[in-house]
Amino acid sequence: MSFQNIQAQFEAEFENIQKKLNGQSGSDFNTIRKESFVKFKQLGIPTVKHEDWKYSNLKNLDKIQFSFNAKSNFSKSDLDALPFSSLEGISICFVNGVFSEQLSQLGNTPKIKVLTLEAAIEQIPNVIEKHYGSYIETEKEGLSALNNALSNSGSVIVIDENYVLESPIIIRYISDVKTADIAVNIHNLIVVGKHSEAKIVEIFQTEGEKTAFSNLVTEIFVDKDAIAHYYKIQDENDQSYHVGTTQVNQEDKSYFYSATITLNGGFVRNNLNLVLNGQYIDNHMYGLYIPNGKQHVDNHTLVDHKMPNCESNELYKGVLMDSSNGVFNGKIFVREDAQKTNAYQNCRNVITSDTASMNSKPQLEIWADDVKCSHGTTTGKLNDDAIFYMQSRGIPKPEAIRLQLVAFAEDVVSQIKIEELREMLDSMIENKLK
Amino acid sequence: MLKISNLQARVESKEILRGINLEIKPGEIHAIMGPNGSGKSTLASVLAGREDYEVTGGTVEFNGKDLLELAPEERAAEGIFLAFQYPVEIPGVTTINFLKTAINQIRKYHEKEPLDAAQFLKLMKEKAKSVKIDDQLLRRSLNEGFSGGEKKRNEIFQMAMLEPSLGILDETDSGLDIDALKIVADGVNQLRSSDRSFIVVTHYQRLLDYIVPDFVHVLYKGRIVKSGTKELALELEEKGYDWIKSEADALEASMV
Ligand SMILES: Nc1ncnc2c1ncn2[C@@H]1O[C@H](COP(=O)(O)OP(=O)(O)OP(=O)(O)O)[C@@H](O)[C@H]1O
Ligand SMILES: [Mg+2]
Repeated sequence: MSFQNIQAQFEAEFENIQKKLNGQSGSDFNTIRKESFVKFKQLGIPTVKHEDWKYSNLKNLDKIQFSFNAKSNFSKSDLDALPFSSLEGISICFVNGVFSEQLSQLGNTPKIKVLTLEAAIEQIPNVIEKHYGSYIETEKEGLSALNNALSNSGSVIVIDENYVLESPIIIRYISDVKTADIAVNIHNLIVVGKHSEAKIVEIFQTEGEKTAFSNLVTEIFVDKDAIAHYYKIQDENDQSYHVGTTQVNQEDKSYFYSATITLNGGFVRNNLNLVLNGQYIDNHMYGLYIPNGKQHVDNHTLVDHKMPNCESNELYKGVLMDSSNGVFNGKIFVREDAQKTNAYQNCRNVITSDTASMNSKPQLEIWADDVKCSHGTTTGKLNDDAIFYMQSRGIPKPEAIRLQLVAFAEDVVSQIKIEELREMLDSMIENKLK
Repeated sequence: MLKISNLQARVESKEILRGINLEIKPGEIHAIMGPNGSGKSTLASVLAGREDYEVTGGTVEFNGKDLLELAPEERAAEGIFLAFQYPVEIPGVTTINFLKTAINQIRKYHEKEPLDAAQFLKLMKEKAKSVKIDDQLLRRSLNEGFSGGEKKRNEIFQMAMLEPSLGILDETDSGLDIDALKIVADGVNQLRSSDRSFIVVTHYQRLLDYIVPDFVHVLYKGRIVKSGTKELALELEEKGYDWIKSEADALEASMV
């Protein structure tokens, strides 16, 4: 059997957590944990036999001995030395899955709550009860079940009704892997209230060269007439494993704009699932991945159109260098009731080396008849004619290639509504595409 | 300035240039004419350094240097400019950004400081005016969605910006209306000087009314089979290529 070693580690950690619970082991929360763990044991860690994991092989995970909640001395000056540290906004920071007050700038107001899960359970129990764990699908995804069972930290962000928050809310995840291989399970909840607007940025970074296994769930509830901007930025080391599911529930007339940008990461699997649970909903999903070396980046997206008159737009772009791999799977469901749906999906990739590869698969399932859907995927090399044209004007070949790749990536980056973040990304992308 | 001797080139296994000889002195304009498929664009591409064409023989000397040894961008920096018969569309890269990169790369090659944004914009405004190209066009992605005429005019604009010592115009006149043709010709004539030369590839005598060549050559089956002065172009306009083709074919047959 595969994953015996890692599975045993998770079991031990689960026991560990249970032992520490004392009197609370009978709470509703813990009941869900236990059930989730049973589910995880049934489902296990997905292998390549799993339809949705065909191209993404986690097998090397099993060779690693992880520490859970490993201690870290990661300091403010360490943070300042990392990219994106100067990005301004309300921020909540986790180091190895543990909330760091020192590295956070919470700035709570009556209209905005940025809390740790623990604090949220105490301060806003009704929100937790209503939303926490309500959207994530654990029935089929072993790793989401595992997250449910093991996560004992995360952020809870609530934007009250009728409030437009200009400054971004940043969730930082630092994996300090200078000395140990670590595993973290984090579960976040973001609620954007009726008629409100917020910009959420998740930033994933590593410090050190050992392995971090991050298993994340972020649930986002976008209430009626609300607007949520969601940017997921990944810049982790080549040893890292990142499996993250962002589960979005949208209500009537809400907007959800996302950009998932993978600058670096050894093994990355992003699931972005949108459930359109109302009418006149709009959403845009952008993605950019620029793996090099042996990096592996897998984006799975799912848009579930349940009701009429909604629109979804999706553009994912990849630049695959060296021996890197990319995977894109875009599911669009248009249910029987979802008449007058517009759903557009596009995945475009440039491969810059003979040893890089890309697997992209659109998957449209349409049960309604009055819909407009389109999808397209392209994977190719840069146009030689264009490179020669640029060279003939005095631009050396590597620079000609870089200019074109940067322009290609810009389609996605330009969609980001935080100028400061856009500029930071531009310079990092330009550097990497050298 | 440019000395092409017995140049031969092929693509895949097909021989396209079969021994070209041509010498161009500073300040001269040479027109190259010839039937479709005779190798005119191939010659232009080989001079600009396109790798798809394999040079199988001959030499090209440009201002004392072995041109064939240089990479395309080095040739550009040394002063060769090719106005493409089919300019390429480059999504996401504006003409402005493209040219700024090009100019500064060429300056770098000559160990000169880059132009700053203000200097570049000033130069650009001046040149845009001289070839009557709209600022708006230059802010768009390079050639993307440009009309045929706009693309050609953009080539001349780029040439004006880069001020090459040898401009090679590959059918820059085709697809242009009469006003645009005059603008293109004006652009070339403004650049004309005693140390700058041009190769003008065209099918039409019309262009040569505006850009008056010193010499006219006819390329046929990969060779220059006839050379003359501007009167040759008039004669071709009147008589077509048949007489030249039969002369050349007869000569080739007699040599086998
Ligand atoms: N990349 C290529 N692959 C195969 N054949 C080619 C290639 N490039 C040129 N050729 C062939 O070489 C010959 C010469 O082409 P070239 O484009 O140089 O002609 P031309 O004189 O410019 O013609 P036109 O007046 O139509 O522009 C043609 O038969 C053409 O099909
Ligand atoms: Mg041609």
